[in-house]
Amino acid sequence: MPESATAALFSVRRWLPWAALVALLVALPFFLTYSQKEILVFTTINVILVVGYRHLTLTGEWSLGHVVMMGCGAYASALAAKYASVPVPLAILFGGAAAAAVGWLLSWPLLRMKGFYFLIGSFAAGEVIRLLWKRFRDPFGGAKGIKRIPGLEEVQFGPLRIDFFDPVAYYFFALTVAAACIWLLWRMEHSPLGALYHAVHWGDDLARSVGVPARKLRRRAMVTASFFAGTAGALLAHYVGTVNPTRFNVEEMVYVLTWAIVGGVTTLYGPILGVVSLTLVNEIMLRGLGLDQWRPLFYGVVLILSVLFLPRGLESLVLQARAHLAQLLARHQGER
Amino acid sequence: MYELLLQTLLNATYAASHIALVAVGLVLIFGVMGVINFAHGELYMLGAYAVVAVHVGAQQSFLMAVAAGLIFVALMGLLMERALFRPLRDNPLSGLVASIGLLLVLQALAAIFFGVRMEHIPPVTREVLRFSEGVSLPLQRLFVILAALFLLVGLYLFLKHTRFGWALRASAEDREAARLQGISVTRIAQMAMLIGAGLAGIAGALTAPLVRVYPYMGHSVIVTAFIVIIVGGVGSLEGAVLAAIVYAFVHTFVTTFLDGVIADIVGLLMMLLVLVIRPTGLFGARERA
Repeated sequence: MPESATAALFSVRRWLPWAALVALLVALPFFLTYSQKEILVFTTINVILVVGYRHLTLTGEWSLGHVVMMGCGAYASALAAKYASVPVPLAILFGGAAAAAVGWLLSWPLLRMKGFYFLIGSFAAGEVIRLLWKRFRDPFGGAKGIKRIPGLEEVQFGPLRIDFFDPVAYYFFALTVAAACIWLLWRMEHSPLGALYHAVHWGDDLARSVGVPARKLRRRAMVTASFFAGTAGALLAHYVGTVNPTRFNVEEMVYVLTWAIVGGVTTLYGPILGVVSLTLVNEIMLRGLGLDQWRPLFYGVVLILSVLFLPRGLESLVLQARAHLAQLLARHQGER
Repeated sequence: MYELLLQTLLNATYAASHIALVAVGLVLIFGVMGVINFAHGELYMLGAYAVVAVHVGAQQSFLMAVAAGLIFVALMGLLMERALFRPLRDNPLSGLVASIGLLLVLQALAAIFFGVRMEHIPPVTREVLRFSEGVSLPLQRLFVILAALFLLVGLYLFLKHTRFGWALRASAEDREAARLQGISVTRIAQMAMLIGAGLAGIAGALTAPLVRVYPYMGHSVIVTAFIVIIVGGVGSLEGAVLAAIVYAFVHTFVTTFLDGVIADIVGLLMMLLVLVIRPTGLFGARERA
């Protein structure tokens, strides 16, 4: 076989799974009911949320304020679109930027701490922000929050009119944003910056001793994570049309934590695996059986069981399976 | 004005007493096991529901209900030690995450068994001590203050003057060294969980007639407890008590003269301020991990 053909074959082998994945994701909404389509939109938004969360864990810190950052994005974007008539796509970007700004501000007190202290500190800071939303009715709307947030404007492509109140259209929009976010995060992780994060996580003092600015890098990771959380929040706000402080409470944060831990955080696909599998189980089992109010119980039990019995997450199963497969292949080739 | 100040002082004393009970238990657990128990507010909630079940439901005396709450929640603590914290001893962050999972489970179970509506518990006594015009203290609150005083002094004596207390303090100081001295770290961890959870349970049971009892009541309790242990310095029991008093006074005074939400914000900002200025807490000397 000529060499160029081999290369082409290899690149096909490389691209085929991706093409299949894209085809699956594009075809998926057409096989679902209306409420399932809505869940698909929320799941896509949650994917952005949780991959952003994982980005912070790259530096070894676990935050409990991530969902509040999401709320900052949601509130900022909603306010900009509703009262300043900013076009929604711009408002979403503004939401991300606002969350990043809040993350930057909070990083000054919070990143003086590590581990437990950071965890509790981020929890407390998040509560302060939630209380501010509750207390200041103008402009945050108090406990009831902001209602009638403008949705994404209709788009006209010649004869094709796209109405984003339709969950399928919004799903494709969110999917595009999610793909862009995942690509950006992947690039960041596989740049020298990712290596620095790794150094900060596993050898803080050592890294600092050779001149790596550990706290600065942690701040950068926190700002980045907040940006993606804010983007996810803004996407959510313009889809459901309302935001309120309860939507971003600790319970929601525990869901994010559960997704990340059940999926695992050493790989980029781990948390995505966590969100998708838990959403599937939740929707099929609980909603199917009419036990939706048992959701917190379900998540609590899953969190405990996975910490106890699957500490490295679902991704460790994938990695094991892959290693096993490679071994089998190698043996097979050895026999030939 | 003078009366209002005195009255606020009394209210703050009451608040400090039950906050101290919860926070001291949390610090004890952290000191010995190195785990922050996120479900501590839910242990408090269980204590309150013990009163709902035994006092309101089974029509037993209030004292009986408090004893039931103490024993039930203390045993719950033992169970947590065995099922969650012992298997995860090598990784304290996992222990914390597991306790977050437990928080959801306990809330959901309380909601399933008792419903989400607020329970009303008739106070044991409606008697009120009147000191002067506008300065009074309901007897029920006085019970809580006295009980907290009694329990905290008892704990102090236990820790300082019994062999078990010495062992407990030793293993909080240095687990490996304590083990080398022949102290069973597992036994000590069990004891710490028993006492820590029991204190949260009895605090919940004692205050049940004075607060709104519902499945999510633990949230504000744990937020308060976190503020107190951070301000007091995470490893320090004395610090927790002092910080509980400081926090209760600040919170009660701000609530009285401004409003409750502002008071919550002030409390949280106090904690963030301490973290920025003196990360070891006002009274702690332990190095931050």
